[in-house]
Amino acid sequence: MAAYTATVTVRLKRGVLDPEAETTQRALERLGFELNDLRSADRFELDMRADDAAAAESRAAEMADRLLANPTIHDYEIEVTEAPS
Amino acid sequence: MTVAVVRFGGSNCDRDAVRALEHLGIDCEIVWHADGLPDDPTGVVIPGGFSYGDYLRAGAMAARTPILAEVRAAAEAGTPVLGVCNGAQIGSESGLAPGAFTTNRSARFQCEPVRLRVENAETPWTAAFEPGDVIELPIAHGEGRFEIGDDGLEALRADDRVLFRYCDADGEATDAANPNGSKDNVAGVLGESDNVAVLMPHPERASLPDIGPTDGQGILRAFE
Repeated sequence: MAAYTATVTVRLKRGVLDPEAETTQRALERLGFELNDLRSADRFELDMRADDAAAAESRAAEMADRLLANPTIHDYEIEVTEAPS
Repeated sequence: MTVAVVRFGGSNCDRDAVRALEHLGIDCEIVWHADGLPDDPTGVVIPGGFSYGDYLRAGAMAARTPILAEVRAAAEAGTPVLGVCNGAQIGSESGLAPGAFTTNRSARFQCEPVRLRVENAETPWTAAFEPGDVIELPIAHGEGRFEIGDDGLEALRADDRVLFRYCDADGEATDAANPNGSKDNVAGVLGESDNVAVLMPHPERASLPDIGPTDGQGILRAFE
């Protein structure tokens, strides 16, 4: 067993309207910034112990499937790093 | 034999639902979610509110509480199940109903009366209406925009599972009459069978003659 951090990034599927991101973009533009687009995402950092990185990733994927993401509107990606001991 | 109105921490339309059902002479009781459903409920209402503070996504936490497994079993046994507002979000998050309800196009909480066109009148929830009828109910939500993939929407249409669409006074489902940017103006849908319905507008807030319009009564009569 080793310590891992699985970082799950949950974002809206391409094409799904993101009113909060649009509002944020407009606020940046009001501050004088120039930008073409803005996408936001939720990021979950899951510290866990697992046999190996693949086991940590599959546990994180199950968490994403069962709660962290809604498959109707979200895609997610997972990155696993070994925590410094 | 009673209709169970399921209360979560943060539910706030549970008592409104009871008042409206009692006005129609329908026996009902509030049930704390952790206590589970009573034996053989004659119906289940998942009321509006802000269960679990809308953490993560509206309805996400409540949808994964043990009572939802009981609600699903009751639904599969043919018991009428109605999710309103946060209850609709819980219904879609739990898989009782298709699609998802997410952030309004305006990115704001909206509390206003809306018009709805009855799409399918051959369900227990709409038996009081004719197809094309225009009814008025209030909405009060920040995350009511119905989203579903194109294939899912096509399947909903093909199976006639859209109950209500947001519309104007003439019954036209226009973009201007769509308060929250819902796909195809969808305001309420059926679950896998017609004894399960979820909708964002509040029928229980439009059922008492003393406080205004009563179009919601027709929906709640599914529990009679």
